[in-house]
Amino acid sequence: MWTGSSLTFKTCFVKNRQPNELLRRLCGFLAVVLPMVTMPACHDTAYNQGKILYENFCANCHMDDGTGLPGIIPPLMGSDYLSEQQPALPCLIRNGIEGLMVVNGRSYQTAMPGIPQLTEFEITNVINYVNTAWGNAIPPVRHPDVREQLENCP
Amino acid sequence: MKYRKLQLFTVYFPLLLTVACLAAACDRPQRILPVLGEKDILDGDTIFHRIGEFSLLNQDSQLVDNRTFEGHVYVADFFFISCPTICPKTTKQMLRIHDAFLDEPRVLLLAHTVDPKRDTVEALRRYARNLGVHSDKWHFVTGDKMDLYGMADDYFSVAMESPDAPGGFDHSGRLILVDEYRRVRSFCDGTDPEDVDRFIADIQDLLREK
Repeated sequence: MWTGSSLTFKTCFVKNRQPNELLRRLCGFLAVVLPMVTMPACHDTAYNQGKILYENFCANCHMDDGTGLPGIIPPLMGSDYLSEQQPALPCLIRNGIEGLMVVNGRSYQTAMPGIPQLTEFEITNVINYVNTAWGNAIPPVRHPDVREQLENCP
Repeated sequence: MKYRKLQLFTVYFPLLLTVACLAAACDRPQRILPVLGEKDILDGDTIFHRIGEFSLLNQDSQLVDNRTFEGHVYVADFFFISCPTICPKTTKQMLRIHDAFLDEPRVLLLAHTVDPKRDTVEALRRYARNLGVHSDKWHFVTGDKMDLYGMADDYFSVAMESPDAPGGFDHSGRLILVDEYRRVRSFCDGTDPEDVDRFIADIQDLLREK
């Protein structure tokens, strides 16, 4: 991004000591538009904090690519449980879960430990990362909803 | 006549050379994996490091010892079921190897628990069943704790109880390739899928030996 902008700047104002009007306008336009176009490329995902939290707290078991370990740890990529149980996720992440769980037709019984140290905001971000990673296309959750769900954990 | 002679050199000769080079490339000498570990010279013979005698129980309560692997090559690792850190990743890579050599009866897998107190035969049986694998291919073994930890040394791996480690045990995530003479021939980092790609190629090379 900065390479593009500085190149534009050099071409326009350093090389041409006396730029004509048209060139000056074009340069001004480029100097504004170029960073706007290239800026989003700096972030490869919309939920960076969620991604970092996922890598630190979840990826050991659910894997970096969200595929889990068949029969032992359920997948998060393309998971029917994930899309159907959205309101239960905040409490599940904070307190963990035990017992039989069926995900994409396969049974899972490994207990998942909770992550009590995550804040409401962090839980919101990690859910939104998982909801949109690896081809998942689940609508984002909102922080006020997550807060309410956490206040009413079973 | 002169033209024919020229043609011989400009067309046929380079063509022949190309074919010869291609044939040589296909027929490259087979890569022999090194034998790993310390070597001793005894009466002029080289004595290689070998996996010692062991006797353990698998998920079906069957005795698993050195004879189980006679005429086979096998991949060994150390893990425990309730491990909160690297085990799911190494088990996932073991599963990849299991699937890659499912129809190759000469390749077996051997997963040692480092937590025999909790990982009983019954617990290992449930784990293997959930994973969808069978003891004719993949042995999950338990036994005396000190025997298991001693085995880890033979496999250049670490396995020990450690209250400071997450889950209570310290162990390496290495996968170890053992040949039919109980010699260690290759290893990889079981948490790194790319290193496991290379390791799978090593297993294929080992099978082509002899």
